[in-house]
Amino acid sequence: VTDTAATPTELVLVRYSEIFLKGNNRSFFEQRLVDNARRAVAGLPGARIERSHARLYAWPGEGGLPKLVRALERLFGVASLSPARVVPRDLDAIRAAAVAEMRAEVARLGRNPTFKVESRRADKRFPLGSMEVSREVGASIVGELGLPVDVHTPERTVGVEIGWEHAFVFVETVAGPGGLPVGVTGRVELLLSGGIDSPVAGWLLCKRGCTIGATYFHSFPYTGEKTQDKVTRLAGLLAAWQLADVRLKVVPFTDAQKQLRDQSGDGRLAVVLYRRMMMRVAERVARAAGAKALATGEALAQVASQTLENLAVIGAATTLPVLRPCLAHDKQETIAIARRIGTYDTSIEPYDDCCSLFVPEHPETRAKLAAVEAIEAKLNVDAIADDCVARASDVVVRPQR
Amino acid sequence: MDINAEHSMQHWEIYLDNGATTAVDPRVAAAALSAMTEAWGNPSSSHRLGAAAARLLTHARAQVAAALGADAGEITFTSGGTEANALALQGATARAKHVVVSGFEHPSVADAARALAERGVEVTTVAPSPGGVVAPEAFAQAVRAETALVACLWVQNEIGTVQPVDAIARAVKARAPRCHVHVDAVQALGKLPIDLAASAFDSLALSAHKIHGPKGAGALWLRKSARLRPLVYGGGQERGLRPGTEGMPGIVALGLAVELAAQARAEAAPRMARLRDQLWEAIAQALPTVMRHGDPALAAPHVLSIGFPHLLAEPLLHALEAKGVYVSAGSACHAKERKPSTTLRAIGVPDHVATLRLSLSRLTRDDEIARAAEAVVAAVKELS
Repeated sequence: VTDTAATPTELVLVRYSEIFLKGNNRSFFEQRLVDNARRAVAGLPGARIERSHARLYAWPGEGGLPKLVRALERLFGVASLSPARVVPRDLDAIRAAAVAEMRAEVARLGRNPTFKVESRRADKRFPLGSMEVSREVGASIVGELGLPVDVHTPERTVGVEIGWEHAFVFVETVAGPGGLPVGVTGRVELLLSGGIDSPVAGWLLCKRGCTIGATYFHSFPYTGEKTQDKVTRLAGLLAAWQLADVRLKVVPFTDAQKQLRDQSGDGRLAVVLYRRMMMRVAERVARAAGAKALATGEALAQVASQTLENLAVIGAATTLPVLRPCLAHDKQETIAIARRIGTYDTSIEPYDDCCSLFVPEHPETRAKLAAVEAIEAKLNVDAIADDCVARASDVVVRPQR
Repeated sequence: MDINAEHSMQHWEIYLDNGATTAVDPRVAAAALSAMTEAWGNPSSSHRLGAAAARLLTHARAQVAAALGADAGEITFTSGGTEANALALQGATARAKHVVVSGFEHPSVADAARALAERGVEVTTVAPSPGGVVAPEAFAQAVRAETALVACLWVQNEIGTVQPVDAIARAVKARAPRCHVHVDAVQALGKLPIDLAASAFDSLALSAHKIHGPKGAGALWLRKSARLRPLVYGGGQERGLRPGTEGMPGIVALGLAVELAAQARAEAAPRMARLRDQLWEAIAQALPTVMRHGDPALAAPHVLSIGFPHLLAEPLLHALEAKGVYVSAGSACHAKERKPSTTLRAIGVPDHVATLRLSLSRLTRDDEIARAAEAVVAAVKELS
């Protein structure tokens, strides 16, 4: 039992997504979540993560709760967060805290909201049942503040949780990002451009527990240093979600593109050829990094290279699975996510897309694998991919919100 | 973030993007530094340190005024050309019903006019000719007795054509004597003779960083008889027109940069014009398809705007960068996510033309011109 004098009077209750609570992986997932949470608060002096039953307790350090909430609100695997008052496991103390919380709410709203009380006992030895606790606390709020109870659609819900050492009282619950703790699924190599889609694809996979490495294809002079800087900033924004550095592989791609273009005749297959080469390069990067899949921001039929036929031909260039989490998104849906995760404003800065290079107005929408392979047979595509990897450089990109 | 050699130019590289910004003259940088490390007092303070700073402020104001043929009391220091334009555009239009601007203003004027239009002010735009010039008669036709403001830039920033601002101001005043005439002289300063005593302008915007001064410093000249509303309110500095503790490092630097530019102009302007012509001739000789934007007879000394059909501007810029030559690029069409140039569209440059702006300064050396021309020719050939 901790010294009560040293116990902070507030903390953040962290609830995790219930979905992974079942099965054999549970303790592995939980431990990963705890490790990630500890990394999330590592920059906050004195902040501490405690593992409890189906909860994490995030104890504030010097920064108080707002900084702690900010650090934890991006933790994948978290269903919701509640900044809470910490009180002794005593009904009177709980009642007093609940009344104080609701009094503050009334002051903030400037009127009386409807409310209900929801209680939860982690420690079933507590003498009162959850229903009884709710009833008692609700009665105090009605008695002292005269607020109306509404059990179906309350404007405010007072939460009471009885833990083993303390009880917690809160009215605010912030939604977490959901998903799975980063690192539980495995590593993927993301083909990251300066556009809107690929950062969203990376984020969606992070959300499903993937660790992300990113590969960027740089086509100087068709793309300039600013485009690379922009991609680096996008990688930093993703790093802030996976709570770890992103290794950005910068691949000089101009020579490869020129060789492919020179063989591509009228250029109608140029984009498919470029993208197949990107797959080969990314596969090599992925295997060296221990990644189990490639990921792209491709969306079905969004542009000419993204027809089913062309996606099939592009995907055939690698034996790794190609994950396309944006595949079925409308552009507006992807944009909405980009805005929410903070990549949109960076993505819409002007940039040059190396895939627009040497491309005719009407590219092929139904590429045939045999036709593409016939063009590639005139080149040593594996040697070209090897050369791209050999000349690539790594940038370690730190998290940047 | 450390600033190191990676951020600076190499000695063999050639900077022809002086329309974007210029290298700060070391004398100007030294003046700004001493305003931070030595004479760092607040000009409003009553003590000796305040008096020292106030003297620097007075001196800088006198330097700017002298270079423009204006009175010191007509100079208001701002954060740059954009704020100087904003002060005139917004300050002269509080109750405006009608304003007139040219069709190829810098965004600080064009977007301010758009904001006025959204507020319900009628905005008339005077279209430029294919040669890149707006006619005084067109302004005269556009103004009415109630027109509150006319704005025109002196040197068009993208194509470098000199606008007949004196004639425009007189034509406007003949029709609407009370109309405020504002001139954006950001690209004219140091290149064209400026004599405000003889002009019919009411206000004029300047910027330090186009004349080898620092970014973040500019000025508005405002004729004594003209009145503007301030954009911000505060402690009454700059006659209440632009309050806030004076940005002394920038102001001191602006004063010296303007003085140096004015001193150098008589020698530098014809030299820049000669180098610009050499540059054009060398490129045009090697590349017969190159176009020159703007009437050469109206060209400011320091800007050469050229177009290459069926190329992309950005890759051309980067190919030149790889050869150590820094320029600006633009085009009338939007290359992917980039915005098209309204100026190039306004003068009728076709969408498929890649445009480069090569802009010189008084520090551009003769020996750089032939090398720059060679680089342009080689880059165009590589990408064709």
